[in-house]
Amino acid sequence: MLLRLENRGEISRAMVYASPFIAVVLTLIAGVFLFAILGVNPVDAILSFFVTPISTLDGFAELFVKGTPLVLIGVGLSFGFQANVWNIGAEGQLTVGALAGGGLALLFFESESLFLLPAMVIAGTLGGMAWAAIPAFLKTRYNTNEILTSLMLVYVALLLLSYLIHGPWKDPEGQNFPESRLFPDAGILPVMIETTRMHAGWLFALAAVATGWILIARHIIGFQIRVTGMAPMAASFAGFKEKKIIWITLLMSGGAAGLAGMIEVSGPIQQIVPNISPGYGFTAIIVAFLGRLHPVGVLFAGLLMALTYLGGENAQIEMNLPNAVTGVFQGMLLFFLLAADVLIKYRVKFGGAKTSSTAAAGEAG
Amino acid sequence: MTAPRLELKGVTKRYPGVVANNNVDLTVMPGEIHALLGENGAGKSTLVKFIYGVQRADAGWMKWEGREVEIPNPKAARDLGIGMVFQHFSLFDAMTVEENIALGISAELAKGDLNSRIKEISASYGLLLDPDRYVHTLSVGERQRIEVVRCLLQSPKLLIMDEPTSVLTPQEVEELFKTLRRLSGEGVSILYISHKLQEIKELCHTATIMRMGEVVDDCDPAEETARSMAEMMMGKNLVSPERPEGIETGAPQLVVRNLDMESSDHHGVDLHGISFEVRSGEILGIAGIAGNGQTELMDVLSGEVLVDDDDSIIIGDKTVGGAGPVERRAAGMSFVPEERLGHGAVAEMTLWENAFLSGATRKDLLKSGFIQINKSSKYASEIVEQFKVKTPGVLNAANSLSGGNLQKFIFGREILQDPSVIVVLQPTWGVDAGSAAAIRQSLLDLAADGAAVLVISQDLEELFEVADRIAVICEGRLSKSWPPDEITVDEIGLLMAGIEVDPAGAAHDSEAGGHAA
Ligand SMILES: Nc1ncnc2c1ncn2[C@@H]1O[C@H](COP(=O)(O)OP(=O)(O)OP(=O)(O)O)[C@@H](O)[C@H]1O
Ligand SMILES: [Mg+2]
Repeated sequence: MLLRLENRGEISRAMVYASPFIAVVLTLIAGVFLFAILGVNPVDAILSFFVTPISTLDGFAELFVKGTPLVLIGVGLSFGFQANVWNIGAEGQLTVGALAGGGLALLFFESESLFLLPAMVIAGTLGGMAWAAIPAFLKTRYNTNEILTSLMLVYVALLLLSYLIHGPWKDPEGQNFPESRLFPDAGILPVMIETTRMHAGWLFALAAVATGWILIARHIIGFQIRVTGMAPMAASFAGFKEKKIIWITLLMSGGAAGLAGMIEVSGPIQQIVPNISPGYGFTAIIVAFLGRLHPVGVLFAGLLMALTYLGGENAQIEMNLPNAVTGVFQGMLLFFLLAADVLIKYRVKFGGAKTSSTAAAGEAG
Repeated sequence: MTAPRLELKGVTKRYPGVVANNNVDLTVMPGEIHALLGENGAGKSTLVKFIYGVQRADAGWMKWEGREVEIPNPKAARDLGIGMVFQHFSLFDAMTVEENIALGISAELAKGDLNSRIKEISASYGLLLDPDRYVHTLSVGERQRIEVVRCLLQSPKLLIMDEPTSVLTPQEVEELFKTLRRLSGEGVSILYISHKLQEIKELCHTATIMRMGEVVDDCDPAEETARSMAEMMMGKNLVSPERPEGIETGAPQLVVRNLDMESSDHHGVDLHGISFEVRSGEILGIAGIAGNGQTELMDVLSGEVLVDDDDSIIIGDKTVGGAGPVERRAAGMSFVPEERLGHGAVAEMTLWENAFLSGATRKDLLKSGFIQINKSSKYASEIVEQFKVKTPGVLNAANSLSGGNLQKFIFGREILQDPSVIVVLQPTWGVDAGSAAAIRQSLLDLAADGAAVLVISQDLEELFEVADRIAVICEGRLSKSWPPDEITVDEIGLLMAGIEVDPAGAAHDSEAGGHAA
């Protein structure tokens, strides 16, 4: 069989939006094969991965618990990615945000003040921003590569977390476990649906989507970000300052990640533990691209990715599958998305006949 | 009888809202230099993109040397022996000339000592090119040469050139024509698109004329005049620009004094002690061969590159040497840069977004940080209407416009901002005769309304038509300026080549200003 890729000459708008769906379908198909190879019934496995987890109210609510950080960070990252500013270190900014917000709860562990939670929100956001400000400063001042600096700072942040909970922030009554004490009630996000874990953090994710959408579609900042990404020379012609864009996008994505970190510790975890995030900061990179760097796309992509986390956990419990299945599914999604994106510029042609006729003509010519 | 090298029949291509090619027939014989003429948006580029396999047609077929072929991609076209120089280049800025050329040719060709073959070809055809230079350091004219050399390396049988000379100097054009004539003598067919009708007359054996996607006529350029061909294209009479009577030149609006600028890039051109002034109501023309500091001068004037000495650039009564583009626009300046896609406009963005791009400040399209979409769309529609930009609507992306139409759009966008100072670089590059006349007319009108106009162009005919004074830039230094009737084209040509001449008559010192006498 001869498959050829043929340049469309122009980009296909339809494919821009269809490609994430193609990626999802291909991932499912590949999943079926994968499960078959692992020796489990593919239908059961797919069901237990994608359906069972959200078939109960509890499970459904959990989708939003996991979706919250993914959407929040994904929206933040999509701004930078549109401007070709590659913040890969959201995981680190999330961690520092969790430490800043959570630290406040620990500092005022006897507080009953209504102001504690808002203060934690602000502290978390600022913490993430501060962590992202480092790559921003280094890039604008010394032209360092933000991919490397932001990524390396993830490990610094994780070590900082580890130091704090093994040392100064360790729960005095915690039998030497590396965990902080529990947050006071005033420092815990209210639950939105009784009996489930779904907390008010989801509202922040929705707010981020709405704000992000307005910003990118209507606001000068979003416009500057898009122009900078698509045509840097045109941006300089219009007088948009490159350094400003670098600062803005890094601070926005860092702030969103920091807030997500604070929400994690204040919502589902309610204390500071060694593993705050199962890699939300990295998964959000996939979320941003799967969502076409558009806030609304990110919303759906974030929920889908949340499902892969839930599915992984469930498949582990129900079918005894390794937890790595989650990572495999996320990886496949990104892989198929990148592959399907080729179709935006190219179309697939089945056809030996035409190729050979051109080839023949070529020889004749 | 020999078979035609290329034969097209019934080629039709539709885009949303436009029929770019409608049932087009075309025959090109071996060794023939065949012109393809038509107004901006007539469908010339669309047709040759089909031949080169860049785009599919909706209907029609193609015969190559007597046998029917389908060309699905440029590689297939190259394999047949078709080479093409695009209207908009497809070069990678961060790579060298050699690397760029290697990317665009077949692997076998790229093997061996490509570097010296490039030097050989560029020397033998008089197309000066250093294979080791990085593309981003090159002027548009020099980039054009890369594309030409890339094609010649493949020893094609049909060479398609989509407006190859729009940015070349007269000398470069002469060299290119020698090359083309030699190729034609060797049996190579050339399909040649240009809006420079004088060149068509000089070079081409036959011409096919298109209008609104259809072939409307054929002619022998040698027997036509530039004017008659322009009128065939338009289907109506050509109106030449007219200088409004009795313009008073006023106070200097743009003053540049002892401007020095070191180019940030060591292949760029440094500017040395540039001084000139443009008064209100006056058009100053700056002639020069591409790559002599024009882009650098434009960057410095537009504020994309700042200078330390704030006093070296004055707009009206404001010193702006250290002020960015936004402040300069607010002070009344407008700019039309050389590169339209990617610099003057964002290719993937809609026309209204591109209208907003530079119009935000002076057209008041921004309200507390939010883009006024309706107002921006209205502004874009106004540009489209007044400057006769061919497009189905302002929701279309900039890259869906034909080259000349985009130029008209960018131009209109800057003029409609009522600038007190406008700086334009190659204003009619790739614009058809009718529209070029319209653009020049609007420059004249703008000056008549009291604006100070600076036109930087390689097109001497254009400068003589619109400028009140002409100066020459060479290696980053600006000459004195002379009124057009005190200097000849030849003298300017010499100055452009860096040869000192002292034109007869009183040379006007550039500080002395216009000829308001
Ligand atoms: N990708 C596209 N999408 C939509 N419309 C297009 C596209 N490309 C070209 N067109 C339209 O097709 C028509 C013909 O365009 P084309 O580029 O062939 O003109 P042209 O004759 O080369 O003009 P010019 O002299 O200005 O280069 C124009 O109306 C243009 O707007
Ligand atoms: Mg064209």
